[in-house]
Amino acid sequence: MISAAEALKDFKKITPKKIPEVEMFAQGHRACQGCAEVLALRLAAKAVGDKLIAVSATGCMEIISSPYPQTAWLSPWIHVAFENAAAVASGIEAGRKALIRKGRIQDDGAKVVAFAGDGATLDIGMQALSGAMERGHDFTYICLDNEAYMNTGIQRSSATPYGAMTTTSPPGKLSKGQVTWKKNMPAIAAAHNIPYVATASPAYHIDLMNKVKKAVTVPGPAYVHIFSPCPTGWRCPPEMAIETARKIVKARMFPLYEVIDGRYVLSRDIKKPIPVADYLATQRRFRHLKEEDIAYIQSRVDADWDRLMALIKATNPEEEA
Amino acid sequence: MAKRVGLEVSLACSEAVKLANVDVIAAYPITPQTHIVEHLSELVADGHLDAEFVPVESEHSAMSACVGSSAAGARTFTSSSAQGLALMHEILFIAPALRLPIVMAVANRSLSGPISIWNDHSDIMAERDIGWIQTFAENGQEVMDLTLHAFKVAEDHRVTLPMIVNLDGFILTHVIEPIEMPSQEEVDAYLPPFEPQQKLDIANPISMGLVGVPEVYTEARKAMLDALEKSYPVIKEHWDGFAQQFGRQYNPIETHHVDDADTVLVTMGSLGETAMTAVDEMRAAGRKVGQVRIRLWRPFPSGDFLDAISGAKTLVVMDRALSPGADSGPVATEIKSLIYATGGGPYVADFVAGLSGRDVTREDFKQMVDKAEAAAAAGDPMTFEMWGVKE
Repeated sequence: MISAAEALKDFKKITPKKIPEVEMFAQGHRACQGCAEVLALRLAAKAVGDKLIAVSATGCMEIISSPYPQTAWLSPWIHVAFENAAAVASGIEAGRKALIRKGRIQDDGAKVVAFAGDGATLDIGMQALSGAMERGHDFTYICLDNEAYMNTGIQRSSATPYGAMTTTSPPGKLSKGQVTWKKNMPAIAAAHNIPYVATASPAYHIDLMNKVKKAVTVPGPAYVHIFSPCPTGWRCPPEMAIETARKIVKARMFPLYEVIDGRYVLSRDIKKPIPVADYLATQRRFRHLKEEDIAYIQSRVDADWDRLMALIKATNPEEEA
Repeated sequence: MAKRVGLEVSLACSEAVKLANVDVIAAYPITPQTHIVEHLSELVADGHLDAEFVPVESEHSAMSACVGSSAAGARTFTSSSAQGLALMHEILFIAPALRLPIVMAVANRSLSGPISIWNDHSDIMAERDIGWIQTFAENGQEVMDLTLHAFKVAEDHRVTLPMIVNLDGFILTHVIEPIEMPSQEEVDAYLPPFEPQQKLDIANPISMGLVGVPEVYTEARKAMLDALEKSYPVIKEHWDGFAQQFGRQYNPIETHHVDDADTVLVTMGSLGETAMTAVDEMRAAGRKVGQVRIRLWRPFPSGDFLDAISGAKTLVVMDRALSPGADSGPVATEIKSLIYATGGGPYVADFVAGLSGRDVTREDFKQMVDKAEAAAAAGDPMTFEMWGVKE
């Protein structure tokens, strides 16, 4: 198998003037007003184009797109269950591979892409995802991370950020809300030594589409983690969703980067970060936090950024010379 | 030409899957299913079978990958047992709802706890209502034949449903038996390549697995139920076709000396052969005893069963799983409800026997018949007993 870098050598970037016109996810779906997750999904599907075979985990994007007899999917699409999108995708890939090899179907260049929320990825579907990545199937897995179980009513997941209020991490006399730090899923994906891992935000839509396009271009498993603001669950105004998706990047709280063949590459350097307090302020899920809590979050964010910079340095030794 | 070989029954299953020229096998190892998937992975590794062997990280993913593979239009096989089958449980319901003709061999084994690797039917009885077609094999030849038949039925466009072939763990999976192995040409003549009715295809996009709101859920389930009921004549048709091609006839309900029998033993799976010997011995002793073997468990062949037992005064039902809290095991519960609808029928004695591979001998069958006949004659309430419990 060729390396991701090799496969991306002649990569044709999507530019603001060359945004694909094709849509694979139709209007008229039932997502909430201001949902940045469905926007991210539409952009990702657009970036893959008419070669897309989509798999959805159970969750917001699945229910809003497929109340029988309606569907928002213009591509072939399958939903099976909550925790198994990666396993289903691996089966589709294996089935097609066998049929192509045996001459029973033409190689039409279809791209198998699984879409799942943070709960379906970081919690209940982690095992299936790890297995599919380890086995090396040629597929892309996109985690649309809105930082809680929104479909069931805003319960905490392991992607919920420290301090956030959810319906199962309520702030109270004995609690600050979510008491754990967000699980670092892109790092877990990268630890599988897969060819391509990236983080993306719908506020940087060209970057997002290019990363998805790269993910489906490289042979083997690819993982893209997309920060997906949920105004309903985060208690922020719908018109602030994209602004929120921008602020978290500017606060260095959700760095945009790629891991190509194990090499970390920063997509957007944030030389003058905004304070995390600015990011937290517009979302009522954080409004109970005290100054010392915010100071703690700032210190962890700074440490995580430093660690990422160290990883970039460690995996790009030639650039040091 | 077919050839007669000595083969472990698990390997006979794998060889049938190879003869079916399957495209994808997604499986996770669990005793006593392991030899089936080990041999398949060898066949793939040696180039004897052109298929993708997907060594998944759990049975949940095995069934999920099978769903994906079948939805992509590939002929798909898996195998499991006990805890593995239970881990698949959630996805087992979804495969028939999506009308995916996956074939699975279940090497029947006790469910925990306590943990036990040995044979009974507690694993498959917990999956009674998943909506798959289910058959039970009694010996190695049947395992081979029923596996080939399963692909033929499941993929028939009048059916398009997944199908399970049950074979008793160890008692069948790990014994070597003489097997008549059909040639590739014979199998190809019986089983054409899989032509999916619909599949995930970028040239013809469809959505699979949509949300069933209350206005459509009931109708969707009814459609699945209708498909399962309508599979019955096709199952029989393809057994008849099998007999023409290979010379071995199978029926949904198999009978042995039932015509003038007062008492009929009802078995499912490998106990059937021991029971048959016991029946022959009782016949030799002048007793009017017969036997019914349930080969097709789902859809249950109610008419065939009632015909087979129409002359019987007493039924002696073998259950190999418990239904805790119910007044009998799952097979007897099924039979009692069927007989109740006829407004009469025989006395039904139910024995839960052979749990976790415990032997059920000819002598046991004779004692059960004695006990059942005595209870029926005395007009006792219908008997339910866990057989051979040590005090």
